[in-house]
Amino acid sequence: MSRVEVEKKVLNENQMVAEQLRKRYRQSGLLCINLISAPGSGKTLLLEKTLERIDKSVRVAVLTGDLQTENDAQRLAKFGFPVKQIVTGGTCHLDARMVEKHLVDWNLDELDLLIVENVGNLVCPSSYDLGEDAKIVLLSTTEGEDKPLKYPSIFFKSELMVLTKIDLLPYVPFKADVAKENARRVHPRMEILEVSSTTGEGLDVWMNWLEARRKTKQTVR
Amino acid sequence: MHELGIASSILETVIKEAERHPEGRITKVRVRVGELSGVDVEALQFGFECIVKETEWEGLVLEVESIPRVQKCPKCWKEFRMADFDPQCPQCGEFVTECISGDELNIAYMEVDE
Repeated sequence: MSRVEVEKKVLNENQMVAEQLRKRYRQSGLLCINLISAPGSGKTLLLEKTLERIDKSVRVAVLTGDLQTENDAQRLAKFGFPVKQIVTGGTCHLDARMVEKHLVDWNLDELDLLIVENVGNLVCPSSYDLGEDAKIVLLSTTEGEDKPLKYPSIFFKSELMVLTKIDLLPYVPFKADVAKENARRVHPRMEILEVSSTTGEGLDVWMNWLEARRKTKQTVR
Repeated sequence: MHELGIASSILETVIKEAERHPEGRITKVRVRVGELSGVDVEALQFGFECIVKETEWEGLVLEVESIPRVQKCPKCWKEFRMADFDPQCPQCGEFVTECISGDELNIAYMEVDE
């Protein structure tokens, strides 16, 4: 019996594609963000509000993942930016190959911001690098404050947590401070924003975060 | 939920490695799974058993080494196993410490019977 050292990532194949995507994004000065949350936390609504408010000079494209239906792409197409639905047909996450495949018709040099809306799931998307600059996790006030502790992987890997549906705070038992503390226990350096896509509260801060991140990306090009 | 896909990726790597050892037979593959990797070890083992069943790879052992989360303090350089999601340095009390391991999802080695 002999031992063969391998020491490579299990998802080596996905990692290679993700690195290629990352390189292409860098060459084009394009910021790519990967939005991740449980189903129903408000990813698509936040995206709608983002596309509604974003400066029209910013060239945005959106990839939105779901197990079935083109509903989200239809919801997002009305803002006039290119949108593509990735129907995974049952797969619970997006992988780098799916992203690469859906980018073929777009010239990345003509884009400034690529938003990927992952499949609603807090577990599986955390294992797949999509070549993004930042994973962003959404947690809504109708969920449990202990979600960061229950699903540490995604909160650990996300640069930013967006606490959504804060307009509901007076009506739900959710304690925002506890949720934030839990998130920081998993990821001490995590940035946290609070928004309500319904009332618009906090959206300016979110838009500023996005714009600052995008500008940084363009200058490091 | 995605453990079956991960099991398939492991088996693919084994199959590729096997081509380099036509004389031998791979009997075991060892993977390192960090507690932050988002992979459930039991589901991974079950998925792996399912995909090798009734194939030439039936009997191939998947050995999983669980890797705990380890933090390092930027102030006093203490390294410590993070328990109960408490990132605070046990030596100097610094709250913001860095994770230095625990998100691995790697194939460590394979054993080949010559």
